[in-house]
Amino acid sequence: MQFSEAWLRSLVNPKLDTGQLCHLMTMAGLEVEDAVAVAPAFSHVVVAEILSADKHPNADRLQVCTVDAGGDQPLQVVCGAPNARAGLKTVCATVGAELPNDFKIKQAKVRGVESFGMLCSAKELALSDAAEGIMELPADAPVGQPLRQYLDLDDQLITIKMTPNRGDCLSIRGIAREVAAISGSAVHPVDCSPVAVDAEAAVPAVAVAIEAPAGCPIYCGRLVRGIDPAAKTPDWMVRRLQRGGVRAIHPVVDVTNYVMLELGEPMHAFDIAKVAGGIRVRAAQPGEKLALLNEQTVEIKEGTLVIADDRAALALAGIMGGAASAVSDTTVDIFLEAAHFTPDALAGRARAYGLATDSSHRFERGVDPALPALAIERATRLIVDICGGQAGPVTVAGGEPAQAPSIEFRPARARRLLGMDVTEAEMCATFVRLGLDLEAEGHDWQVSVPSYRFDLATEVDLIEEIARIKGYDNLPAVLPVAVAGMPAQPEGQRGRVEIRQRLMDLGYQEVITYSFIDAKQQAMVAPGEAQIELVNPIASQMGVMRGSLMPGLLATLRHNLNHGQDRIRLFELGRCFLGTGADAQPLRLGGLAYGPAHPEQWGEAARAVDFFDVKGDLEVILNPAAGEFAKGEHPALHPGQSARVALDGRPAGWLGALHPRLVQQLNLSRAPILFEFDWDILAARPLPNYRTVSRFPAVRRDIAVVVDAGLAVGAILAAVQTALPALVTEIALFDVYQGKGVPDGKKSLAFKMLLQDTEKTLTDVEIEKTVSEVLAYLAERFGATLRS
Amino acid sequence: MNLEDILDAAGRDFADAATLPALEQAKARFLGKSGAITEQMKGLGKLGPDQRKEAGARINQVKDAVEALLRERREAIQADELNRQLAAESLDVTLPGRGSGQGGAHPISLTLKRIEQLFASIGFAIADGPEIETDFYNFTALNIPDNHPARAMHDTFYLGDGTLLRTHTSPVQVRYMEQRKPPIKIISPGRVYRVDSDATHSPMFHQVEGLWVDDNISFANLKGVVQDFLQRFFERDDLQVRFRPSFFPFTEPSAEMDMSWGDGWLEIGGCGMVHPNVLGHVGIDAESWQGFAFGLGVERLAMLRYGVDDLRLFFENDLRFLKQFS
Repeated sequence: MQFSEAWLRSLVNPKLDTGQLCHLMTMAGLEVEDAVAVAPAFSHVVVAEILSADKHPNADRLQVCTVDAGGDQPLQVVCGAPNARAGLKTVCATVGAELPNDFKIKQAKVRGVESFGMLCSAKELALSDAAEGIMELPADAPVGQPLRQYLDLDDQLITIKMTPNRGDCLSIRGIAREVAAISGSAVHPVDCSPVAVDAEAAVPAVAVAIEAPAGCPIYCGRLVRGIDPAAKTPDWMVRRLQRGGVRAIHPVVDVTNYVMLELGEPMHAFDIAKVAGGIRVRAAQPGEKLALLNEQTVEIKEGTLVIADDRAALALAGIMGGAASAVSDTTVDIFLEAAHFTPDALAGRARAYGLATDSSHRFERGVDPALPALAIERATRLIVDICGGQAGPVTVAGGEPAQAPSIEFRPARARRLLGMDVTEAEMCATFVRLGLDLEAEGHDWQVSVPSYRFDLATEVDLIEEIARIKGYDNLPAVLPVAVAGMPAQPEGQRGRVEIRQRLMDLGYQEVITYSFIDAKQQAMVAPGEAQIELVNPIASQMGVMRGSLMPGLLATLRHNLNHGQDRIRLFELGRCFLGTGADAQPLRLGGLAYGPAHPEQWGEAARAVDFFDVKGDLEVILNPAAGEFAKGEHPALHPGQSARVALDGRPAGWLGALHPRLVQQLNLSRAPILFEFDWDILAARPLPNYRTVSRFPAVRRDIAVVVDAGLAVGAILAAVQTALPALVTEIALFDVYQGKGVPDGKKSLAFKMLLQDTEKTLTDVEIEKTVSEVLAYLAERFGATLRS
Repeated sequence: MNLEDILDAAGRDFADAATLPALEQAKARFLGKSGAITEQMKGLGKLGPDQRKEAGARINQVKDAVEALLRERREAIQADELNRQLAAESLDVTLPGRGSGQGGAHPISLTLKRIEQLFASIGFAIADGPEIETDFYNFTALNIPDNHPARAMHDTFYLGDGTLLRTHTSPVQVRYMEQRKPPIKIISPGRVYRVDSDATHSPMFHQVEGLWVDDNISFANLKGVVQDFLQRFFERDDLQVRFRPSFFPFTEPSAEMDMSWGDGWLEIGGCGMVHPNVLGHVGIDAESWQGFAFGLGVERLAMLRYGVDDLRLFFENDLRFLKQFS
């Protein structure tokens, strides 16, 4: 909310400068976002009248003016503005004046003619960005009065970021009340006394029927007849409105807006000539349409509250009036409305029409239900003062505002929650200062709240008021004393820090990519599958939730290649979205490797990173678990170079080269190697379980066998490992060979075996027997023959 | 040649031998089968017993001297050869190491790690939860009913089925409290989402929220813990923290936290005492238990800590930026 400081100070004027006042409000919860001067500093600028204006003897575009600037003698001022003319009330900066931008006015000779000042444009005074000619003031502007005083320019525009609970502070009076409470100053009252009804004028009452009392418990209305259609809104009111961010339109509308800014009660005025019969507050009827003041025609939605006459809806209650019944330049009889609409009735309504008005903003946050009765009198008085006319009696429909229930309050609870020994006397004084009534019976107090503090409903609300008025800065900061229990540390789960560190040590750089991606990117990894679409994405390329980390990694690759990087290792730890349920959002670890296997260097020949480099990295990451790699097909990966990886029999993730189709699509010169794992499975770790270490020497035997070239080595290793004779403690592949000496369609595999007994040193006979068993198994299971 | 000449010749020949094989050849000329010393020995047989003894002793003296010269020269040649080998094998130790590239953490996870370590050090557990949330967990359970104006403070991303992207990590706290009884002491770090994108807002960013519910955890404790955290995080004991009244539906009293930075104050997050309605929603008796909750913006902390001046850098993932945090 933006408002004029001077207006606020007309109601409450603590002995604080602007900065101090703003700080006070900020520290009480009315956060001042901005406080800017209405006009920059300037001096010796006064209202002046041009008495005569004659052509300059030596310059075609200049005039020599005699100016009455309120001094003993008229001044001679040379002026270049074409609108300088005799009789004009304007603005004169006299000798000695200091204008914005360090411009000082001195006595000067302009083309040979003495000039004792300068007639100013609004731009020269930095009151506007552009100006044509010197300022033109009304004929009644008092000559000699400082312009700052005349235009009330010694004022600041204060902007408060109002929290949604403080609807009571969406008005000058509300803020004044708050400033008074926190500064201990007094608030000047606003005159809301009843306007006398002239019995002779016999202005009738207008019938008001509330058909929806839940949404509109109170409605005050009044006819004002015979206003002067030519009346003008006074300058002081225009200024206060402008400084409150409201444009002046028509005196009657201006008054209703003024009262809204002043008291916080949104009002509306109808041209009664355009209203048929009485006023009804009712729910919208199906199919009802209304042309609004903003020239938009809406189909009124079910559940919206409308103000209607006997024929049709006239206004969206509490949101905006209709065009047909609006006051205009020809209006002479008006009907003023000041009603209370509940937050429940207005919540979300304006937004449903794409509207956000000053009125709906206030009603959604709550308005003091006692205000309609006061606001209607305040507005009537201002209208009669400005536009003339006779006021009729006020029609009050609906009940009295409900009395706010009193709140139970325990000083001990306040002390416990705040962690501070606030005395009961201090709490009591705080409540009094806030205008709250209390009845104390020992440790239980009953606090009743005035109608304007509708945000206070429970004990904790009152505790906050104690803290707020005390000042949060004055509450202590105390480290808690707590039971020193140790949190659980599951050893069967490896931590994020640990696994991420392994990746970093292997040269991978962590990235964080958006959780929402382009639908096309998502289709790369899950073609033809349903996507989780955002209803209101920030941009279409961020339209769907990612089902995989791969698209983000690939986009990051592309970005960095475009910026001159050539060797790229990336990883990301983040959630993927397979559905919207809580258990369909697995945390995953994904990685990508691209470019040379090693950074460009002097020591080794360059080669591109390949599947087995990354598989080696994965083996480090998975350790102590051994991944079970099996050929598998993934839509984004090369069908011949991708593996499905399981851990302990559970599917855990994927490793593979990017599919050539996508390599081309992404305009890459070679295929990046990608992996992606489910975090929960990856992070699991069995507790180490000790087995006896043999004290007897181990014997190494190497065997080379020939098998079909198509056999997967992983399958042989896995099978052998489970079928090994007890004496074999380790078997590992150390060579794969195809070519000379091995028949076509076959390959030679060389294994190293370690044999050991925990009880004794092995004899040659035992060793040969064990090796034969392994060979026999390989022969039987895989058709392997011993390579000679 | 007499014995003196032999000794002189051996000294010269050995010195001339530059390599071990050459030295061996020279050795043969004196100590070999037909070497000069051996020839002298052979000549002894022609002498009488007395002369033989005396001459034999002299020959042996010279032989010992020749062998000593030989040893000395052999060691010298070996030392020379080792020195040559060492010289030949010497490396330019200033050449760069062969190793692999350097990886590193993202500055946001670096920051999160630091935050998590600090809170874990006083016994906070770390809780995690879904990022696609229901309206209930993101709003209703946090005392933000439908159409509440406070919802306008959260520009929310919605999905087709009415679920939404969490706008804060508070739903994690609700889920955690549903499952456990106080005392509860957790932080919930993670990604959150708001429909907002400009130089100072990202549609995705990170929050860490903290929650401590026990029988006596007070607003004064909230101030104490937050201030302690910020001072430790920035390693500045003189760092000032300011609390201002504010409004969040899920806390009462509520506060904004500002931190002294340069000449002014910077907004660093929101906090307050957990609202009794929130405790009520998860079945915790608000008369017996009370506590605080706070939320901190991780990007803001990372920017201040590492001097990053543009929020957008965090999600561009340009390696030239990221590598600076290795």
